Amino acid sequence: MTTPLNRRDFLARSALIGCSLAASPLLTPVSLAATSGDNRLVVILLRGGMDGLDVVRPYGDPAYTALRGDAGMNAKNPAIDLDGYFALHPALKPLMPLWHNGQLGFAHAVSTPYRDKRSHFDGQDLLEAGLTDLSGGTSRDGWLNRVLQNLPDSGPATAYAVGRDPLGVLGGPALIQRWSPEADLALSPQAIQLARLIMADDPLFDAAFTQALEIADNDGDKVATSGTPEEMMSMASKAPKGKNSGVEKRVAEFIGKQLRAQTRIAAFSINGWDTHQSQDRTLPRTLARLSDAILTLQDTVTQNVWNKTTVVAVTEFGRTARINGSKGTDHGTGGVMVLAGGALRGGKIYGDWPGVDEAQLYQRRDLMPTRDLRSMLAWLLHSQFGLPKSTLETTIFPGLDLGENPNII
Amino acid sequence: MKFTPHLADIRFGCGLSPAVPSPVSVAQMLDSLQKPDTIAARFPIETFDLFQKRVAEADRLGTVKRKNAGTSVGLAAKKAGRVLNKEARIAHVVWMGQHLNRWTWTQAPLRERLSFFWADHFTVTGKAGVIRRAASPYLESVIRPRITGLFEDMLIAAALHPLMVHYLDQDKSVGPNSRTAAKGGKLTGLNENLAREVLELHTLGVNGPYTQTDVRELAELFTGISKQSPMRFKFRKNNAEPGSETVLGKTYGGGKARKVDVETALRDLARHPATARHLAWKLAVHFTSDTPDPALVEALTTRYLETGGDLFEVTKAMLSHPAAWAPKRANVKPAFHFMASAMRALALPADTLASLDEKTMRRLFITPLAQMGHVWEKPDGPDGLPEEDSAWIAPQGVAARLQWAITVPQALLPDLPDSRDFVKTTLGDFIPPAVQFAADSAESTSDGVGLVLASPAFQRT
Repeated sequence: MTTPLNRRDFLARSALIGCSLAASPLLTPVSLAATSGDNRLVVILLRGGMDGLDVVRPYGDPAYTALRGDAGMNAKNPAIDLDGYFALHPALKPLMPLWHNGQLGFAHAVSTPYRDKRSHFDGQDLLEAGLTDLSGGTSRDGWLNRVLQNLPDSGPATAYAVGRDPLGVLGGPALIQRWSPEADLALSPQAIQLARLIMADDPLFDAAFTQALEIADNDGDKVATSGTPEEMMSMASKAPKGKNSGVEKRVAEFIGKQLRAQTRIAAFSINGWDTHQSQDRTLPRTLARLSDAILTLQDTVTQNVWNKTTVVAVTEFGRTARINGSKGTDHGTGGVMVLAGGALRGGKIYGDWPGVDEAQLYQRRDLMPTRDLRSMLAWLLHSQFGLPKSTLETTIFPGLDLGENPNII
Repeated sequence: MKFTPHLADIRFGCGLSPAVPSPVSVAQMLDSLQKPDTIAARFPIETFDLFQKRVAEADRLGTVKRKNAGTSVGLAAKKAGRVLNKEARIAHVVWMGQHLNRWTWTQAPLRERLSFFWADHFTVTGKAGVIRRAASPYLESVIRPRITGLFEDMLIAAALHPLMVHYLDQDKSVGPNSRTAAKGGKLTGLNENLAREVLELHTLGVNGPYTQTDVRELAELFTGISKQSPMRFKFRKNNAEPGSETVLGKTYGGGKARKVDVETALRDLARHPATARHLAWKLAVHFTSDTPDPALVEALTTRYLETGGDLFEVTKAMLSHPAAWAPKRANVKPAFHFMASAMRALALPADTLASLDEKTMRRLFITPLAQMGHVWEKPDGPDGLPEEDSAWIAPQGVAARLQWAITVPQALLPDLPDSRDFVKTTLGDFIPPAVQFAADSAESTSDGVGLVLASPAFQRT
C-alpha cells in the first residue's frame, strides 16, 4: 500500500514545497486583498458588564456621593479629574497622556436596547448581533461581520478575531481570520519540516498550515524550538502564570502587527467585569488589563497607523447605581463606552448626562441610558469606513435611528 | 464504492483502534445499534432526571438566599450554592472524559457518531448557574435513546424539552391576547425564538417553504409551552393565545389550549418533504462530504418519506448506498471527533482519564478543543457546530491540532507506541508515503505519533 520515500526524495520535495509556496499567489499574505480604506477599527468586548459609574465617576453630581460614598478624589490613590465634573478611576491613570492629547474619550450613559432581564447571555448576544431585540430568534451574524460584507474589497485578512473567545460580533458569512496567541506553535525544526511534508498533498491543510506558520512565526516568538515535549507544551499553551496576566498584551501586540499589514478590523474580549463583590479590589485589576491592551496596541503600531486607528470598548450593560451588600454592584443598564486612538476627537465625555438622583435613575436603580451605543458605533463606522447612513440604519444595525452626529472622529 | 472494514471504521465510526476490531459488514454495524448500549453502562453519564436533583437543590438554595438576604442563613445558602455550582462544573468535565472513553472503547462506534450528530442538530445549553452543565445529561436522556427511532419523537422530546424551552426563550413567550398578557405583568407578547429555530434548524431548513407568517403562527401555537422548577416541562394554559393557528396551510388548535396540538404540528413538520430533504442533506454532509452526492441525498430523502422518518431505516439507507463508500475521503473530522479518535488510536487506558483532575482535563482537552474551534458544551448559537471543513481547517485550527497531537499523547501515555507501528494501526489502508516517511524518521516518538495524528490522512474521513 505504501511507497517508501527516502531522505533524498524528502529533501527534493521540501525544496519543491518551498518553491511552490513562494510562487503561489494564494498563500502568501502580501497578495491578500486589502480594503481601499486605510482606517483601522479595534473592537474590545468587555464581558461581564463594566461599571461605568465607577470607571468614569460623575463626582460633580452630589447624588453620586450619596450613592457611592466618597468619589475617591482625595484617596491615597485618587481618582483623576477629567473635566471638572467627571473623574477617571485611578486604575486607568496610565491612559491619561492619551486624554491630554485628545486621543481618549468616553461615552457615558449609553447602552444597547437590551432592558430589564439583565442576563449576560442575552445582553452579550444583543451587543454582538447589533439588533434591537432578539425576539425574532438569535442572529446568525454579528454587526462587525455585516460591516465586512459591506466593504466592497475586503479580503480574508481584512478582519481578525483574536483570542479563544468565539466573538460572535465578527461571526457570519464574510470570511475572517482567527488567531489566538495563546495557541502558539512550538515545534522542533525537524517536526516543522515533516509537518510541511505531510500537509503538502492536501491543498486545504497545506494552505492553512502555511499561513499558521507565518502567523505563529511573527507573533513574538519563533515556531522552531529545541525544547522537550513538556517544554513545548508549556510554551505553546502560554498558560498565564498569574490570573490572566499578560494575555491582553500578547493579544494587543498581535493585533498591532496585523494592523500594520493588511488588517483593518480586529476584535477581542476582556472578561472579568462582573464585579458583584469587593469591587474596589476586583475592578482595578480588570481595568489594568484594558489599559495595558490599549497602550500595547499604541506601542506596536507605528505613529502613522495609530493616527488612523480607533479602539472602541463596549460592554453588555452597566451596573446598579448603588453598591450592594457585598461591596460590589449588580447587573444594571446604562454604562460607559471607552474610545481611544489617534483619529479620535477625544479629551471629552460624549453624551447627555441624565443625572443620578433617584428619580433620574432607570427604574430607580440603574444609570438611565440616554443614547443607544449602536448609534455611537454607527457614526464611528460612517467616519472610519464611509458606510452610508442608510446601510448603517438598515443593514448593520437594523432599526437604528442614527441621531445626531457625536463627532467622535 | 463498497464497504471495507477500515473505511467503515473511519467514516462511520470513531476511527481505527489497535484494540477493538473494525466492523466486518454493514449488517454488523446496523446490528450494533440494536444491541444493548453496553458502553454507556460502562462509562455512565448522569441522566437528566438525576441532573434535575442538582437543579432542584440550586433552586431551593436560591429561594433561601433571597428570603434571608443579609443574614447568616442567607450567607450559608449562598455558599452552599457555590459548592453546588462547583460540583456540577467538575461533573461536566468528568462527563467529557466519559464521552472520550466511550469513543475510545466502544464496539458500536456508529452509536457515538449518531448521538453526537443528533445532539448537535438539537443544540442546547443552559444559560446560567448549574444548568450550564446540562448538555451531557440531555444528550444521554433525550437524544441517545432515540437515534434509531422516529424523527418526530426525537423532535417532540428535544424541541419541547425544558432545557430547549429555556435556551430558546419559549418560557418568555405568551399570546398577546392571553390571560397572562392581560394581567399586564412582565410577559406581554410573543417571543418567536423557538418557533423560528424549529422551522429553520430542526425541521424544514432555512431554505424551506415557510414564511414569516408561519413563524408567527407557530409561535402563537407554541404559547403555553413553558417550564417550571427544577427544569421540568409545564404547559401554562394562561399563556396560550386564544383561537386557532395556521402553519403551512394547516390549522391547529382553536378549542381549549392543549399541548397535543403543538405535538400534532411538530409531527406534521417532521413528516414534511422539506424536512426529509433537509435532514438527508445534513446527514450526507456530516458523514460524507460538504458537497454530497445528490443521489445519496435523494435516496435518504426517499427512505425517510417511505418510513415516516424512521431514523434506523434512514441510517441503513445511508450505509447501503454506494456513494457512502466513495474511496475519496472528502470530509474532515470536527475537533472533538479528532481528539476522541486520537485517544482510540492510542487505546488510552480507560482509567487514565478518570485519574485526571479538573484542571488537567481542562489543560489537555477542554482548552485545546476551544483553540481548535469547539468550546465544549457552550455553543455559539442554536445552529451548533459548523460542518464546513474550512471552518475547522483554518490556520489556528490546524496549528492547534498539530500542537495538541505532538504534546498531549506524551503527557497521557508515558509509554507511547513506536510511531512505525502506530502509523499502521492508526491509518490502516490509508498510509500516504509522506506520513510513512514522517513516522519512520521523526526525531522522537512523540513527534512521530503527533505527526501521524496531525496528518490529513488521519483527519479526513
